[in-house]
Amino acid sequence: MIEVKNIKKGFGDKTVIQDVSAVMKAGQCNLIIGASGSGKTVLMKCMVGLFQPDEGEILYNGNDFIKMGRADKTEIRKQIGMLFQGSALFDSLNVEQNIMFPLSMFTKWDYKQKLNRVNEVLERVNLPDVNKKFPSELSGGMKKRVALARAVVLNPKYLFCDEPNSGLDPQTSLVIDKLIKDLTIEYNITTVINTHDMNSVMEIGDYILYMYKGNKEWEGNKKDIIFSKNKRLNDFIFASEFLQDAKDMRMLERAGKISDDRNMDELLNKDAPSIMPPSDSE
Amino acid sequence: MTIFSDIGRYLLMIKGMFSRPENKKMYGKELIHQCVEIGIGSLGIVTIISIFIGAVSTIQTAYQLVSPLIPKSTIAQVVRDTIILEFAPTLVCIVLAGVAGSRIASELGNMRVSEQIDALEIMGVKTKTYLILPKILAALLMIPLLVVIAMTLGIWGGRLAGVSSGIISGQEFDAGLKLFFDPFTVKFALIKSYVFAFIISSIAAFYGYYVKGGALEIGRASTKAVVVSCILILFADYVLSALLLKAN
Repeated sequence: MIEVKNIKKGFGDKTVIQDVSAVMKAGQCNLIIGASGSGKTVLMKCMVGLFQPDEGEILYNGNDFIKMGRADKTEIRKQIGMLFQGSALFDSLNVEQNIMFPLSMFTKWDYKQKLNRVNEVLERVNLPDVNKKFPSELSGGMKKRVALARAVVLNPKYLFCDEPNSGLDPQTSLVIDKLIKDLTIEYNITTVINTHDMNSVMEIGDYILYMYKGNKEWEGNKKDIIFSKNKRLNDFIFASEFLQDAKDMRMLERAGKISDDRNMDELLNKDAPSIMPPSDSE
Repeated sequence: MTIFSDIGRYLLMIKGMFSRPENKKMYGKELIHQCVEIGIGSLGIVTIISIFIGAVSTIQTAYQLVSPLIPKSTIAQVVRDTIILEFAPTLVCIVLAGVAGSRIASELGNMRVSEQIDALEIMGVKTKTYLILPKILAALLMIPLLVVIAMTLGIWGGRLAGVSSGIISGQEFDAGLKLFFDPFTVKFALIKSYVFAFIISSIAAFYGYYVKGGALEIGRASTKAVVVSCILILFADYVLSALLLKAN
């Protein structure tokens, strides 16, 4: 379990996070959502120790990460896996070497043991037979899966994912979401995910923290979020008018109320004139 | 103010490098990798530069020594001392600042921008110790070796140019090489090469490690690392010459 207590963080005169508190439980996917610039990534970087918060506490199973000595911090960090937005795979190493890196650095296993573990996690993220490929030879989705394999290779207690679906198509996003969810349950990991992908929120959001301009605006789960009366949250969730219209259109189509292309145009483009003038009238 | 904060951060980076490695084997592997990158990776350019500098030195020295009273063996003596004292350590290190220095800065800069350094940090790896220390140690091991190679090839290039153009015979050149030879010049060149190696690697590592931004900033950091290294090499060259040659 990770507890965030009254975290504040600023850069120069600008305050980026103001007094944010949250409890992220083990075995569930804890999502931090919000618009770009709302402070999600800064909060996550404070949680993993890449940024030092100005005030507040980050408790890993009750121990304050900020006040810990270097050796204790290193011990906690060995229990953390992180999936970065850009995957952060080491360019000069192939897939196998990338995933093997934490094992080589922190275990005394022989090569065979390490290779078995690498193949095991690669199998787990559905990526067999890519061991000798370099990151430059992989697609975006494959890179994310390799990065996820590297993040979980040491069986971490805490998994942090910074926008795991950015730059991926909806289908691959679903695969990544499902993988993260499955791994979270399988290894009872405390997973923290930064995202603004509403599909992910509805797929895997066990606990959701909505950030608005550096403040905690709302918290709850995926069931609560649909019926929330928080205007800012609703504006964020239903930001895409097209999706709403498309949904309406499907419902109307099923009810047999859409009969021709003209009705569809009206629904999709509300501001456009409903009947185009004939070309010979100009 | 920026210069003072940069000096402060540079000193903190140097201090931060010295901590106990998590896994000595992995650090050893990284050191060997960096030795290959810096040593073998720069050998080609060092060879070409040294031979040509030696050749040009012989021809230009011969051009200036017009008096029939000065023996031709003096050409070899001048070429030897110029190459050992200045060309091999200083010129080669300025070239290495461009070759190895820019590579170190851009490698670390790319790692910083693509969050690879953050990834290492989160794993619990001491990034300054793992990424910077092996580069500086590799430079301290390989650059003096490259300078010794440059001395040898420079003198050989001078002999080749002198003999092939008929300026001086092989025997006269060899006799000149032994004339008034002071072994301290080699020692002085090696002292300089150690100082320059530290400057090249640590300055490049500093600019690369603390890059902020994207591809454009990596390029800028790389250029800045080369420029600052070259200036510091020339400054250190003057200080060392003033201190050590005077004392001698």
